[in-house]
Amino acid sequence: MIFVVTAICLLPLAQLSFQLASGDLGPDPAKRLMQGTGEWGLRGLAIVLLAAPLAQRGWRGLFRYRRILGLSLYLYVSLHLLLFAQVYVGWSGALLAEELKERPYIFVGFSAWLAMLPLALTSTDRARRWLGRRWKQLHRLIYPATVLAWLHLFWLARSDVGEALVYGAVFAALLSWRVRRARLRPR
Amino acid sequence: MKKRTYTDHSIASSDITPEHIFLNRRGLIKASAGTIAGALATPSTALSEASAQSALSFRADSDRSLVDEQTPYEAVTTYNNFYEFGTDKSDPARHAHAMTTHPWTVKVGGLVDQPGSLHLEDVLSGFDLEERIYRFRCVEAWSMVVPWVGFPLAELLRRFEPKSEGKFVEFKTLYRRGEMRGTRSFTSIIDWPYREGLRMDEAMHPLTLVAVGLYGKTLPNQNGAPLRLVVPWKYGFKSIKSIVEINVTAEQPQTSWQMLQPSEYGFYANVNPEVDHPRWSQRFERKLPSSIFKPNRVPTLPFNGYEEQVAGLYHGMDLRKFY
Repeated sequence: MIFVVTAICLLPLAQLSFQLASGDLGPDPAKRLMQGTGEWGLRGLAIVLLAAPLAQRGWRGLFRYRRILGLSLYLYVSLHLLLFAQVYVGWSGALLAEELKERPYIFVGFSAWLAMLPLALTSTDRARRWLGRRWKQLHRLIYPATVLAWLHLFWLARSDVGEALVYGAVFAALLSWRVRRARLRPR
Repeated sequence: MKKRTYTDHSIASSDITPEHIFLNRRGLIKASAGTIAGALATPSTALSEASAQSALSFRADSDRSLVDEQTPYEAVTTYNNFYEFGTDKSDPARHAHAMTTHPWTVKVGGLVDQPGSLHLEDVLSGFDLEERIYRFRCVEAWSMVVPWVGFPLAELLRRFEPKSEGKFVEFKTLYRRGEMRGTRSFTSIIDWPYREGLRMDEAMHPLTLVAVGLYGKTLPNQNGAPLRLVVPWKYGFKSIKSIVEINVTAEQPQTSWQMLQPSEYGFYANVNPEVDHPRWSQRFERKLPSSIFKPNRVPTLPFNGYEEQVAGLYHGMDLRKFY
């Protein structure tokens, strides 16, 4: 089953690669790939955050595969960052530093990636055992990462904020569910 | 009118992608891509649009044309910003066919001695068309080289005799909700119709073109049919598409992007590698077509390479302030 889930997670990547290979991404493929990988990162966040509320209602289908879902979304976000380095800053450290300093949307996007890095690194069973209770605390970093990722999207919008509003509503619902749960259940 | 074919020695005809190859390639991709669930559909309507364009007669203007490799027709006609039809680059090629361009009238008024209207037929028969190969630099940091067919805006304006109080020229794009799906998006924050403007001396500059065609044929809808402005030393959004109204004014007109976000888009919008857009650098551009392994990133030139011809218009102006 895990192989099937992994395969599903890699489908968007397969589609993007196929489109890239067939020249179907148009004259500026980097832009379409940036959009594609960014969108799947955001969708992945929404899917991962949906796992717990669904589990509470008795359907553990997503909850069981949170690790591969999380790692896959991190793959898309990392490809997004790699493309940015390759196409937009040409691997120039100075230019990257300038972009991070001067452009808030790039800064928050990069911060979101950074916030998720320890989550990806501690996704093994061994790391989980080693960290014990702190593992769960550490993995709450997904919440600020989500907010940062959404800000990244929102600051990118030029004249139409429709997409940012849709993601905003979804994330707000998923995060507020957690706030309510935390209030109901004193630590 | 004398008919001459365009013969610029610098551009080999082999640089231009022939349409039948383009058609074939698309057909193959479409045939094989059927199984993949398509969140990203392919812009295939561009094809029928492209082949529907009719040939124009014009002369080459090598003096003002560029010696550079032209962006393939496919790229020029499938990668567009025309928000009236959607914000994705492929939306205009997919949806602009809904726009009716016949009949077409441009109303010219404001501070002119001879206000009136111009029908498209008058435009095509009343002006000497010439080909100009220009760099086209979008504010989003990508660029193209396009062989436009058109005539200087100055010639059009002179026919309507601008008054001496007229210091600016205002342009408006067609706004027809029924045919322009992008204008029906209720999350869009653009106040339609799309507006642009130039200072009178910019409008009268010989480089400023009213384009009616590209690659020797009439403009496809997604490129701003039937007539549009082309101001090669300014960011692309100044080169307003599908014009229906031109007014000469005394005051600086309001322009769409400036109304929307004055801190990001100025009235002048001259291409300037030294003045960044607040959200991205303008020092480099991706010269399309670009690929991920060869991004074709090149340094952006002051005034998009037309510094020699136009810098004089801005003598003594602080271009950081008047961006």
